[in-house]
Amino acid sequence: MQAKDALNYDYSVAKCFTYATILFGIIGMLIGVVIAYQMAFPELNYLAGEYGTYSRLRPLHTSGVIFGFLLSGIFASWYYIGQRVLKVSMAESKFLMVIGKLHFWIYMIVILTAVVTLFMGVSTSKEYAELEWPLDIAVVVLWVLWGFSIFGLIGIRREKTLYISMWYFIATFLGVAMLYLFNNMEVPTYFVSGVGKWYHSVSMYAGTNDAMVQWWYGHNAVAFVFTVPIIAMIYYFLPKESGQPVFSYKLSLLSFWGLMFVYLWAGGHHLLYSTVPDWVQTMGSIFSVILILPSWGSAINMLLTMKGEWGQLKANPLIKFMVLASTFYMLSTLEGPIQAIKSVNALAHFTDWIPGHVHDGTLGWVGFMLMAALFHMAPRMYKKELYSKKLMEAQFWLQTTGIVMYFTSMWIAGITQGMMWRATDQFGNLAYSFIDTVTVLIPYYSLRATGGLFYLVGFFMFSYNMYKTISAGKAISSEPQNASPMSA
Amino acid sequence: MFHWLERNPFFFAVGVFLVIAYAGVVTILPDFMESARPVVGKKPYTVLELAGRQTYIKDSCNACHSQLIRPFKSETDRYGMYSLSGEYAYDRPFLWGSKRTGPDLMRVGNYRTSDWHEYHMMAPTSVVPGSIMPAYKHMFSNTADIETAYAEAYTVKTVFNVPYDKPDMPKLGTLDESKKEVMAQAALIVADMKSQEVKDAFKKGEIKEIVAIIAYLNSLK
Repeated sequence: MQAKDALNYDYSVAKCFTYATILFGIIGMLIGVVIAYQMAFPELNYLAGEYGTYSRLRPLHTSGVIFGFLLSGIFASWYYIGQRVLKVSMAESKFLMVIGKLHFWIYMIVILTAVVTLFMGVSTSKEYAELEWPLDIAVVVLWVLWGFSIFGLIGIRREKTLYISMWYFIATFLGVAMLYLFNNMEVPTYFVSGVGKWYHSVSMYAGTNDAMVQWWYGHNAVAFVFTVPIIAMIYYFLPKESGQPVFSYKLSLLSFWGLMFVYLWAGGHHLLYSTVPDWVQTMGSIFSVILILPSWGSAINMLLTMKGEWGQLKANPLIKFMVLASTFYMLSTLEGPIQAIKSVNALAHFTDWIPGHVHDGTLGWVGFMLMAALFHMAPRMYKKELYSKKLMEAQFWLQTTGIVMYFTSMWIAGITQGMMWRATDQFGNLAYSFIDTVTVLIPYYSLRATGGLFYLVGFFMFSYNMYKTISAGKAISSEPQNASPMSA
Repeated sequence: MFHWLERNPFFFAVGVFLVIAYAGVVTILPDFMESARPVVGKKPYTVLELAGRQTYIKDSCNACHSQLIRPFKSETDRYGMYSLSGEYAYDRPFLWGSKRTGPDLMRVGNYRTSDWHEYHMMAPTSVVPGSIMPAYKHMFSNTADIETAYAEAYTVKTVFNVPYDKPDMPKLGTLDESKKEVMAQAALIVADMKSQEVKDAFKKGEIKEIVAIIAYLNSLK
């Protein structure tokens, strides 16, 4: 396909997933803000009877943002980037069009069913893998469909060499497939015993082994959902938006293969001082520290791509989103290894510092990159100018403030709680009862929730900007080369 | 080699898979059998306790409570003896949690009683002033699912050789036999409770979720 036909790529599936990203982003983040305020104001637990308690809502928040917001954003960007880097339109294959649409609708059914069942309390208890076996099977089906889409498009590609983003999409597909399958191995109890609920199951692994498999999954779900596909995006969108070539091919090679090899070892850092074998804990700790290298490799590669072009930060808010995303990625991938050092972990584990760490990565790195990606895609998919640059600027600063409030309050809360748990009086007795270490945190919980609220308001601004772009943006006649066109 | 891989998606995918699969095999498999062995004297959960455990999971208690005591003096002073791998041999799934918004519950059965739990679930601040835990009043009206709990016990006995019906171990038997055992264990807890709603329901042969979860929490020692 020649450059003049560039507007002929088929974005129908990418558009569907864009709407899903916005929908689930609002739902997932809204629940997040509600549960954050519940920790500061426990009366908020009683808004919806048994379905409104913190504990019922927490898996809905995590699954909602990970598998609703984030995953649909990943799929949206795949259905956009894939065609472009492989130089082939989906419309050239009827089969791939059917697969793409089927993928979207099965995905929607799975996520909506997941929302309902999690509200009902149907859960396996495993973090980020709460869904029971019937839904697990549906997830496998939708993942296989995505596989058909990736490898089908690769099969009919014109550009023979796979661009860096493709490496990361392939890795996302394989990594999540492997992790999800092994962590969700369970025996449906009804089919063995003939009584009880048909959808109930029991884990194939017990106790310590179950914990090992779960955190091998849990940690690497972070790798292959929060990191790998987001790197696929930034390697495509930052060079595109800025018009700069990627700084170093060799650095991208080192970061990719390094990340693939090192990440999977690091799950053990969730289990330091637990009952898993000591050598597994030590390996987890060491590899977590090594993980700084490939993580910073990608981030530095992106920042150096902007070398000599920093003026674009002022001119283009999308560059600002992406550069700050890389910076938060660096912060988060330095903080993680610090927390994985055994002596630091002894203090930090089980405290609010951990959700603090998760959120500077997810809000700063993942959220910013995803929104920048959709902003970049919109003018090209809908052939419209972005609706408002001013709104985008306001959103950027509001959300950045929100993120800083979030992680600073959680740093203080986490370290405070960790120190109070271990504090002793002059006789060596524990200085504080547990409840003392809860009530002291309430101001920080308020601050955190308000930071989250800022981010959510920013997300509404993003959604409104997208909506207005699609419905009322100024039409453009040709595909924009680099910087996305936007009205003031 | 890398240039070649980038033009050959199949081998590229195989390469990526080998590189990512390696760590899991090396870290999880070697000690798998050792980690699965129960400590001497550890008994599997009774059916009522399993029903309570399912309630614990249904309401995601593990979102705020850990069940893992680390080997630090500050933790053993607060919660009791540190955890041993073999104590978890019958935990499917494990419930270590990842966040202590509330305290650890690994050995809560050693220092809390049935009536304390009853007050606490009805109104947490009545026994812990300043608590931010939600009340779980619906556990007093929802009926525990004993049949699914039986199904789970039967499944782990059949598939994983969990030692039900062995000497000194909890009895399982048929569903009807098991229900009798469950009623007998529940009767002791209901007797310690104040709630008329729960007592009336029990007289009609219904076991509320609160009874099951108290049985489970009392078993954590």
